[in-house]
Amino acid sequence: MSAYAFNGMQIAHDEEGYLTDIAEWTPELAELIAKSENIALTPEHWEVVNFLRDYYEEYQIAPAVRILMKEMTKKYGKEKGDQKYLYGLFPYGPAKQACKIAGLPKPTGCV
Amino acid sequence: MAAPDAPTADRSHGDPLEMPALCPGAMAASKPYPASPAMQTALGFPGQLVEDWHDKAIARLGELVNGSRALRVYLDSCVKCGACTDKCHYFLGTGDPKNMPVARQDLLRKVYRRHFTLAGRYVPWLVGAEDLTEAVLADWVSYFHQCSQCRRCSVFCPFGIDTAEISMAARDILDTIGLGQKYSNEIIGKVFKIGNNLGLPPKALKNTLESLEDDIEEDTGVRVELPLNREGADILLVTPSADFFASPHMEGLIGYAKVLHEAGVSWTFSSYASEAANFGMFIGSTDTMQKVALRIRKAAEDLKVKRLVFGECGHAWRVAYNFLNTLAGPLDFLDPAYPIPQHICEFTLDLIERGKLRLDKSKNDAIRLTFHDSCNVARASRMGDEPGGQFEIPRAVLRAVCNHYFDMAPETTREATLCCGGGGGLLTDELMDLRLKGAQPRMRALREVADEHGVTHMAAICAICKAQFSKVLPKYGFDMEGIVSVHQMVSNAIVLTGSKQAEELDAAHGVASTAS
Repeated sequence: MSAYAFNGMQIAHDEEGYLTDIAEWTPELAELIAKSENIALTPEHWEVVNFLRDYYEEYQIAPAVRILMKEMTKKYGKEKGDQKYLYGLFPYGPAKQACKIAGLPKPTGCV
Repeated sequence: MAAPDAPTADRSHGDPLEMPALCPGAMAASKPYPASPAMQTALGFPGQLVEDWHDKAIARLGELVNGSRALRVYLDSCVKCGACTDKCHYFLGTGDPKNMPVARQDLLRKVYRRHFTLAGRYVPWLVGAEDLTEAVLADWVSYFHQCSQCRRCSVFCPFGIDTAEISMAARDILDTIGLGQKYSNEIIGKVFKIGNNLGLPPKALKNTLESLEDDIEEDTGVRVELPLNREGADILLVTPSADFFASPHMEGLIGYAKVLHEAGVSWTFSSYASEAANFGMFIGSTDTMQKVALRIRKAAEDLKVKRLVFGECGHAWRVAYNFLNTLAGPLDFLDPAYPIPQHICEFTLDLIERGKLRLDKSKNDAIRLTFHDSCNVARASRMGDEPGGQFEIPRAVLRAVCNHYFDMAPETTREATLCCGGGGGLLTDELMDLRLKGAQPRMRALREVADEHGVTHMAAICAICKAQFSKVLPKYGFDMEGIVSVHQMVSNAIVLTGSKQAEELDAAHGVASTAS
């Protein structure tokens, strides 16, 4: 199993970079995970990451993309509640790539 | 091997079925992530490769050929006529000769011959029989995960040899010796633990459904319910959990809800059976397939429903249509006046034909549409009362809701349809290179109708097809939102009784509003 080297610690992740223990996530670690995905986190990225984490805490799963878009619209306006905007931030998809950076498990299934 | 993100512009034009240049070994390094010991043991398989893997594998192969006459006939009867060689989308997309269906079958057939035929035991070199070595085992892991079990090759085989069954048998053996595949086995574990592939807990499911009710109300002014665990409802709707999560799946789910609302029937989802998909089939495990299928039976009994309707999911429909009665029957507590089970497309077309749905086709006028036949619906099951219903029913629904419909080339549709490239347990990121290449024939067929008829969108009735196409379309120069659900098209066109849309339409036609 591979690991992120972070503050002198080894934080284990799976083959694709998802954290083995989601409790080990910190905002600083998110910056490192994002870097390994070639993403430099901006405040716009954090709006998504923070929403995902809040939703996960409540429901034990990441939100559906449609719900993410709706909540983004409510909070930040229509142009941010758009699938293409979210793909612009997270080119590999707001569900999978943003979850990885937010330290959440990968959504599985036919998605 | 090309990087997954390599530009595919050169791949996107040309004859969809063009014979590729041979590239031996091109895909030898493609393989899925292994299932972790925990994922394996949760399904009753060994956690890792067992020490006596060779003998265990041969013993399991023996059990499988003794338990399935079909499998034995498939392994015995190939005459190497070559009819299948250029029929697999993965061969067409990769040029790797081991992706010719006959070569894929031979990976298992040569070991079968060595141990289970007289000639193979005594003169193996004369009959193409070989021992199961580590190299052969590595080929199994790689190339039996480059088959999406789509059965296109079997349509062209004069003996009807079904490579899907051979792939399933090989994956069953791999699981038995501890070499399971992460994607499928992790997902099956989630179905047992949580109730669906996604791992969506009941609380989240409830929240998702309520959010959709709000969306529909905001859009139409009508409160359309998406009920969960409603005991005594007439219909249990079982749908892939991707419908609760991804796009364009969820837009299809909204379509089912609107249709059921207009039909005036009582219906419900179940949180216990919140999954139509049955990945037990992909890994060739009848026991697993049965356990998953029994969840649907239990939910139907517990909720005391009379009818079972399935949403848009390809292999779920195969399992439901062909095997549900065998795996989880008899379903004699359901109302025999209706098909057991019924496909949502059948349900919708019946309402359309009886004039029960008000449709405004012009709402889809910005869309020029084609239909991708999903392999498990097209070749492994049927729909409705007439032969070919699985081809005609979804098309009839689409034509009823959309003014601009065009079929792709006949050698790429209906029973000759091409796999999306992500079916059969291959819809996983580490196989993206394979998925992109395997999608090439379908993408070329789509390019033809896009160029010729200006087609902008492609509809499908399978969650895997939808997820796969939303990933690969952009790599072939199409919009990622060019893939739509069949019931998304219905959702766009349906005019709910008492809705804003109904008022607007009435006003446009100079009719007094009848919001009853």
